Amino acid sequence: MTLNTSRRGFLKTAAAAAAVLYVGARPDGALAAGSAPAQLNPFVKIDADGTVTAIVKHFEKGQGPATGLSTLIAEELGVSMEDIQYEFAPSDPSRYANLAFGQFQGTGGSTAMANSFMQYRQAGAAAREMLIKAAAEAWGADTSALTIEDGIIKGAGHAAPIADFVGAAAQMEAPAEPRLKDPSEFRLIGNASVKRKDSPPKTNGTAKYAMDLHLPNQMVAVIIRSPRMGGLAAGFDDADAKEVKGYIRAAVLPNKAGVAVYAENTWAAFQAREAIAVDWDFSGAETRSSDQVRDELLAAVNSAPEYNVNGADQTATAALIDGADKVVEQTFYFPLLAHAPMEPLTCTIEADEDGGVTLHDGAQIPTGPHFAMAEIFQLPMEKIRINTMFAGGSFGRRATPTADYQVEAALAFALTDRTRPVKLVWSREDDITGGYYRPAVAHKVRVGLDADGNITGWDHRVAAQSIMKGTAFEPMIVHNGVDHSSVEGTADSPYRIPGQFVGLTDVAKATTVLWWRSVGHTHTAYVMETMMDEAARAAGRDPVEFRLALLEGGGKDQQRLAGVLKLAAEKGSWGNAPEGRSQGIAVHKSFGSYVAEVVEISGNAEDGVQVEKVTCAVDCGLAVNPDVVKAQMEGGIGYGIGHVMRNEITLTEGVVDQFNFPDYEPLRIGDINAIEVHIVPSAEAPSGVGEPGTPPSAPALANAIAVSGPRVTELPMINSGVSFA
Amino acid sequence: MAISLKLNGQTHEVDAEPGTPLLWVIRDELKLTGTKFGCGVASCGACTVHLDGEPVRSCQTYVEDAEGAEITTIEGLNSKAAQAVQAAWVELDVVQCGYCQSGQIMSAVGLLTGNPKPTVEEIDDYMNGNACRCATYQRIRAAIQRASDMMEA
Repeated sequence: MTLNTSRRGFLKTAAAAAAVLYVGARPDGALAAGSAPAQLNPFVKIDADGTVTAIVKHFEKGQGPATGLSTLIAEELGVSMEDIQYEFAPSDPSRYANLAFGQFQGTGGSTAMANSFMQYRQAGAAAREMLIKAAAEAWGADTSALTIEDGIIKGAGHAAPIADFVGAAAQMEAPAEPRLKDPSEFRLIGNASVKRKDSPPKTNGTAKYAMDLHLPNQMVAVIIRSPRMGGLAAGFDDADAKEVKGYIRAAVLPNKAGVAVYAENTWAAFQAREAIAVDWDFSGAETRSSDQVRDELLAAVNSAPEYNVNGADQTATAALIDGADKVVEQTFYFPLLAHAPMEPLTCTIEADEDGGVTLHDGAQIPTGPHFAMAEIFQLPMEKIRINTMFAGGSFGRRATPTADYQVEAALAFALTDRTRPVKLVWSREDDITGGYYRPAVAHKVRVGLDADGNITGWDHRVAAQSIMKGTAFEPMIVHNGVDHSSVEGTADSPYRIPGQFVGLTDVAKATTVLWWRSVGHTHTAYVMETMMDEAARAAGRDPVEFRLALLEGGGKDQQRLAGVLKLAAEKGSWGNAPEGRSQGIAVHKSFGSYVAEVVEISGNAEDGVQVEKVTCAVDCGLAVNPDVVKAQMEGGIGYGIGHVMRNEITLTEGVVDQFNFPDYEPLRIGDINAIEVHIVPSAEAPSGVGEPGTPPSAPALANAIAVSGPRVTELPMINSGVSFA
Repeated sequence: MAISLKLNGQTHEVDAEPGTPLLWVIRDELKLTGTKFGCGVASCGACTVHLDGEPVRSCQTYVEDAEGAEITTIEGLNSKAAQAVQAAWVELDVVQCGYCQSGQIMSAVGLLTGNPKPTVEEIDDYMNGNACRCATYQRIRAAIQRASDMMEA
């Protein structure tokens, strides 16, 4: 080896080391740039060799932000999708907060694209202007003569890769207001041929999920949890577990919520767990059954509501309905539902050399476990690091206000001498029985119709188990006692419903509850859209025309809802079902997006219903990655339909009755024969797509079944006399 | 006990108790993590591997029963059908979270190896045991048809 001590060599090395351009924003939101990420939250990094990396602040559970945020940077910077990489941002809410969440860094509410759209475009545009300015200075050219295309700066008779100007650009101040491309200039945004960035690794087995982590010398921990919510571990007998090869030991968690079982590998941990008997103290544990909870919910919707949601006069609404020509009334019940993401919950904690710890996790809201771990380990925030890995689905489950599984891992790690990393693994049984369900909910709706079939009044009672009360999200979502997540999609629906009253009653929980793909809209859309169908039928009017009449004369909100309704009806050949088939339609706004779906079925409730085709129309503003939008609609439809067909979580004296997929049967490939998605062209700001496909799917199916079968008001449908082919 | 496994063309000596599911030997001992744990009861198909070319659920296959067989995991796929399936999967952007997709692909390759021109009904029948919570089924079906066309070309 030759030691290069020349000054020229030293300078070259120093320049190369410094030649990394970061562009992002300061905590106050202003654009910032530099050669180190310390003083800003970088959204894009450009290495000396010109490698462009999007730094993605949202986790990837399949909904597409790795592709989406990379697209925004690539578009504005002027590189191809093949030439941009991505990495997940570190956990630091002061730098990577979700603009829709306040001080939390996280993913949810279908906000990833909506809150990142301008941030990431501006970062890409600023990087473009800085690189062009550096090239213009070097070439003595005017910046207006230069462009970047496919990573090449060209113009004024020159052409060079961006790599040549990274060093110079890294010394510049970021422009305050870089020029964003006009939509007419977009080459990648809105381009249906842009491919997912994560397809190749997820197709050849190389994508790494938290479950795939194998740190040197790691232990696997599994937890024996109380079969009843609130039960406490008083002790255990592990004599038989000592016969299991690879078993290390067990310990009661400091919060007594369970017993941690440590082993050399996953299978040994599972085997040892089976061999350990835990002594439970159930004195403070839940003993109710889901039937009792159901009765409480149904009683609540038949009593005076605890909260007036929309400030309407309940007595006046009652009078409008009582004086109507016809009254349509239905009571609904929605069971608890598990999320059951494909990758069971897991995360790993290891000690860092500086006394800190690192959490490896498919972290949906990293700020939650970040705070929790700082508390448990009594460490400052900067000594807690979170490595965000691919998440094998979530549907909300990886984001609990209590950071439930990360806290388990932290407690299990804290009970060791901390010399070995601890990987917490949940089995599918842990997942299905582990709480944090979509709450059980009841609705009761009375609708009055006049002689012409117009709505005179709409009395809507909801009884639910509040998701947000008692969590860090309460100040944002609970107002005057009303947990908006229990009633979203009712009073705030774009429909112009005369005399609408919405009341809410909170009912005590018998288990932990959580947001589940589309949160309150999972049940409110079902109720709104099946009641619309019932009302239209009672009025003798076409369900599409009946809905459109409630949107006429409205503003943009109403026009966009009407737009997708008409598009779905047209593309789904509404009213022209082939012989032997029935159609149902539903439309709903959620997370800023408008989605209508026509479900076409064959068969019947008695002999078996087959979903033949779902035709979907979506208006999510500007569709950044149209094929990702389509995929999210396809997936959201499947998620909605699969659960209403046959899924429920029930409790017997506080113990969950279901264990695994055989009794929480997932949607299968043959359950839906075809899905067709149409995107409304739009220049509006992008809105969510991860969740909005779900809400209309279940009521559209219910409406199709009701054409010649039962009106299903108690879910799942298999409990209401509907069989499926 | 010492067990000799032939996996992806290589022989591995592993130390595993009889009755250990092949899945955990592949994942925890051999550190090949493309094969996934989803349910542990052969109900989701995420753990699907090939034993002598036939798809099996590795969570329900005892390691000692795999001795002597040619085991193929997603990392070792290289047949014509496999290449077509993986190319079609990328072409149609089938994946979302991706966690089940190794298993889906192992099953799809098993299907097309034995039946290069399956009908839609045959696809749905064969793939029924592979669950996808993201519900990418529509694209799985289309990608199998596309792979079938690619194999013919």
